[in-house]
This record gives sequence, structure tokens and C-alpha cells, in this order.
Amino acid sequence: MSVFDRAYDDPVRVLDEDGQVVGDVPDLDDEELVDMYRHMRLARHFDGRAVSLQRQGRMGTYPPLSGQEGAQIGSAAALAEDDWMVPSYREHGAALVRGLPLKQTLLYWMGHEAGNKAPEDVNVFPVAVPIASQVPHATGASWASKLRGTDEVFLCYFGDGATSEGDFHEGVNFAGVFDTPTVFFCNNNQWAISVPRERQTRSATLAQKAEAYGIDGVQVDGMDPLAVYSVTKAAVEKARDPDTDRPRPTLIEAIQYRFGAHTTADDPTVYRDDDEVERWKAKDPIPRLEGYLRSEGVLDDDRVAEITSTVEQRVADAIDAAESEARPEPRELFEHAYAELPPELQRQYEEFAAFRETHGDAAFLEE
Amino acid sequence: MSETQNLTLVQAVRDGLYTEMREDDDVLVLGQDVGKNGGVFRATEGLFDEFGGDRVVDTPLAESGIVGAAVGMAAMGLKPVPEIQFSGFMYPGFDQIVSHMARFRARSRGRYTLPMTLRAPYGGGIRAPEHHSESKEAFYAHEAGLKVVIPSTPSDAKGLLAASIRDPDPVIFLEPKLIYRAFREAVPEGPHTVPIGEAATRREGGDVAVFTYGAMTRPTLEAAENLAEEGIECEVVDLRTISPLDREAIVEAFEATGRAVVVHEAPKTGGLAAEITAIIQEEALLYQEAPVTRVTGFDVPYPLYALEDYYLPTAARIEEGITEAVEF
Repeated sequence: MSVFDRAYDDPVRVLDEDGQVVGDVPDLDDEELVDMYRHMRLARHFDGRAVSLQRQGRMGTYPPLSGQEGAQIGSAAALAEDDWMVPSYREHGAALVRGLPLKQTLLYWMGHEAGNKAPEDVNVFPVAVPIASQVPHATGASWASKLRGTDEVFLCYFGDGATSEGDFHEGVNFAGVFDTPTVFFCNNNQWAISVPRERQTRSATLAQKAEAYGIDGVQVDGMDPLAVYSVTKAAVEKARDPDTDRPRPTLIEAIQYRFGAHTTADDPTVYRDDDEVERWKAKDPIPRLEGYLRSEGVLDDDRVAEITSTVEQRVADAIDAAESEARPEPRELFEHAYAELPPELQRQYEEFAAFRETHGDAAFLEE
Repeated sequence: MSETQNLTLVQAVRDGLYTEMREDDDVLVLGQDVGKNGGVFRATEGLFDEFGGDRVVDTPLAESGIVGAAVGMAAMGLKPVPEIQFSGFMYPGFDQIVSHMARFRARSRGRYTLPMTLRAPYGGGIRAPEHHSESKEAFYAHEAGLKVVIPSTPSDAKGLLAASIRDPDPVIFLEPKLIYRAFREAVPEGPHTVPIGEAATRREGGDVAVFTYGAMTRPTLEAAENLAEEGIECEVVDLRTISPLDREAIVEAFEATGRAVVVHEAPKTGGLAAEITAIIQEEALLYQEAPVTRVTGFDVPYPLYALEDYYLPTAARIEEGITEAVEF
């Protein structure tokens, strides 16, 4: 029986809140499991440091991800090397698994456009800020993969609020109609800034919206990385393999919680109470996976300590590297709007450059 | 000389699509009713039979989905040519156009480029229902990262469309539907391109420069012929691309006479005529003999068709504008 043959409100689970096995453990070897754990620790530590950098004025507004590591790392780990992820703006953890250097993520939130340029061999789309607007891109890009027979699957992330947007409907509907190899991964973290999940839709689940598009929809415990991995893996395989009777696209609703604010500019105490946050913190994906791996003998105190120290070192190094990055050359302002600079834009650049030459950076910069 | 065929503007659009699809397997067409039906204006007629449903795609009725999916396709290297059935229906896709189509290259610092051409019939004068007649090209010219092309002849329509499809940057290609079938002209067969960003002189004359584009080119030329009988000779410049504008051509034509008129059917405030006027005063103030005259649509919602003849610039209004500029 397929993992998709279940009630929409029956989330797939592998580990309970204490890390005890309650479902089918996916076929992952010890190193893969440790990698997953390591990435989750890395994402959590990075997140804490990023929030702190923002508080210290060393970084701009930043959207935290703590609590969502299980959904991000579990899903991204299910992709094959040539597959793609299409993020919103909170998937720094998933991007990490796909090979996007931490320094890139830091640079982006420090206001450097270069942070959004993934290295050529990293199949991660640029950050999409307007809610749900990346959904049709994932459909179109995966459609291109299907038309060209390249076998690449696209994993598209968005939040619970995004399911209210027109672009969610249009993108998922197109995927259903053209049977594109797309996995739509909804990080239902319960809150779209201050608006709770219940105010986004009267639907009992978000997963059931798949029904309307004629594609598979499934709920998963998004704070259970092994369950997320299993479900995403099944969706990716189904998207890639046209020999099945099922539609290629899948809508996954990963139920989870953001422990922190929407962004560092948000104060969640205004709209939700501490009890709720504490209830969800009991489901924290990191101790769950750690508990399971310890019980299996895959992790012990020494290994955890070693991971803690490498994680801290990696984040510290990335922060050093990002903070040592020089301010981009102002010429960069004009680059990349077009493949070639149009004459008027060239003129505007020359006027700007001449002014800067005469007056120096003091005419632009406060410090 | 290559062979030519006598085509209307909409036939030339169709021929441009056909030719580019034959030349390059990455080119595909998607939109509402573009497949079996061949497009509501017949711009994609026969393409479905020729190239099949994977390359001539009837999509669901969803403009944002059409533009957004084309963005994803183009990011992966295809050259999609999405059609929006009427430019008045581009707004559901507007966020995709300005937030993504225009910005994807810059956002990714050049890792991705979007070789896509969004086609839409635009403009008034065909007795159409509400939302089928607007000219909102200034929106798109205002957006960095887009090129905006508006042909006024069949040969240009084919050549500029081919150039747009081949261009690495995203292009908004607005087709003046009033003149889709207004006249025929010899259009080169086979591959034919006309460079983006170059204006064309449609008529030479030493008294005043008149700048226009799209469907307004015809009444402008008509006005110029009428005035020639009174001894006023107009230089008529068809801009053909409104982003990037051919500043050199504008300045050169203006400097010859020091007098200029700009004609467009779009509303006056914030329209392209304002931009052209600014270019003239930036570049050629000392040549100026008269205020630049703007003959445009009014700053009102486009009317239902009982009044559209009063809204659209006519040859008579254009003649008056030219006379003002000449007699100042």
C-alpha cells in the first residue's frame, strides 16, 4: 500500500515525541542518519547565531527557522543529486543540505545580492519573497524537465499562508493538468505572521486541497525528520517514475511550528501565548532524532560532542567569511538587470561614476 | 533578395512564431486557446498541428500561472512565448511580470536569464468590451529588466518577434490589434529579425519631428500627408521599441527641426510622451523652438466603445498638435 493511501488528517509518523519508533523507519544507513542529525544541529545553531547577529546590528531582518529543521532537512535529504529545490525565504536549512554555503545565506540577509547566486552545481532557486509566487516557477521548471526528459524533480517549499494565494492554486493546478514532476511541500508552521492556520482556510487540512487538483495529498509530522524523509522520498520517486498510475505531483502538508518570530522584526508574544509555544517545543525534532539515534547506538556522548564542536566551528567560520566580505562595488547596481547594459543604463552608470569620482563615497555613505 | 509573402500583421506574428519554432526546438507557445483553436485572433493558427501539444500548449485560464510557469521554464533554458489573450488581462499576472520575469536575472546575479517573450494584443479601436482596449505599455517600460516592443507593420512584427524570442532578456511584446488585419505588406520568408531598440523613420520632413508607435503610426502618417498639402513637412519616427528607447534617433530627429510632437493612445500622465519630452529637454534644449506637444489618450478609464472614437487620437487631433508645434 502506498504512503499516499491514507486519510488526509492522518499524518505519517515514524518517531513519537520521545524518539520511540512508531512507524516504518526509512532505509538510511548510519552515516546518512548522522548527516541528517548534523544538518539539523547546524541549522539550529546557525539560526540562533543569525538572530543574535541581527540583534547586534550585524545583519538585517532575518526569518528564523528553529523548530522547522525536521521538515527542512528531512525533505531536502530525499532529493537526488540532480534534483532541484525552489525555496520561499525560510529554507536555509534545506538549502544547506543541497550544498548552498552558509556564507551565501548570511550574505543575502546582510544585503548582498551575491548571496542569492547559488554556485553553478547547487540546484537551488533564488529566494522568493512574494508569498506563493515561486509555486508556478516550480511547476514551469519541472515541466521543462519533463518536456526535455531530463528526469529532474523539483521540490517547492511554501508556508500555510501561501495556500490562500492565487499563485498556489494556479501553480498546483497546472502541475495537475500537465502532470509535472513537482513535489509541493507546505511547511505548515501554524502561523502566517499573526494569522493562525484556522484563519487561512475552512478546510480541515491543507493536504486535502490536493483532492481538488486531482493529485496526491498527504500530511506528515513535520517535526519528525524520518517521517518527512519517507514521505518526500516516496513523492520524489513517484514524480520521477512515470510508470505508476498515480499522478506525478504531490502536495505534502508538514505539520510543524516555528519556535521563534516570523522575522526578527516580529514580536510573536503579541498574538500567541507561551503555553502554546511550550507545547510545540515538546515535539522538537532535534532531541527526537537524537534520542532515536542514541537508542540505536548510532550516537553517543562523544559523537554528539564532536558534532557540536564542528557545527559551532562551521557557523563561526561562515560568519567570519561573510563579515569579511567587502561592500560590493557600486557598479554591481547596474549589472544583471539585462544581459547587456542598454545605452541609457550605461549613461546612468557613467553619470553616477563621474559624480562618485568627484565627490567620493562621502556623498553616499554615512560613516 | 529573399522571397517575400504578402501578410497582415497578425499573419506575420504567426509566421514569426512558426519560423522561430522551426529554427529552435526550445521555443514553445503557451496560453489560453492558443492550441487547437489557433488563438482568438488566429495568431497561433496551425501551430498546434505542426508542432504538437507539447510545444503549443492550451493552458488553464490563469494568467499568473501562465507567466509564472513560463518563468520557471525559461529559468531552465526553454524559450517560452506565453500569450495573454488581451493586454487588459495581464494584471492577474502582473506580480509574476514585475516581481519575477523582470528580476530573475538580477536576483541571481546572472546565473539565470529568462529568454521569454510575453505576447499580448493591446490597444483600442476595435469596438471591444470593457478591459479589451487599454494601452498600459508605460507600466512595463517603467520596470527595469524588461524590454518592451510594439510593432506597427507586418514585416516588423515578424522581425521584432523573432528578435525578442532570441533575446536573452524577457520581452513584453504588445501587438496593436487595431491593425492586426488593416493592411498587408511584403514580409521576408524564413528567418527574419529586426533589431530591438531601433526606431524607424516612416516619413521624412524638415518642419517637425513626430514620434509615435503601434497603431497610432497610421493616423500620424495620415495627418502628415494632410499637412504636406498645406506645406508642413513632418518627419515621422516609429519608435518600435519603447524600452530601451532609441534616444539617438529621438534626439537626431528633434535637432533637425527643434519642434516635436509625440502621439500615443495611452493616457497622458506618466506616459511615454513624457519620457520622450524629458529626453529632448535633457539632450537638445538649445535646439528647442517650441514646447513639445503631446497628443494622447485622456487620463480617464478607457471608455466603452460608444465613446472610444473621442478618446483615441485621430488624424485631425494629431494635425492640430503638429500645427501648434510648428506655428509656435
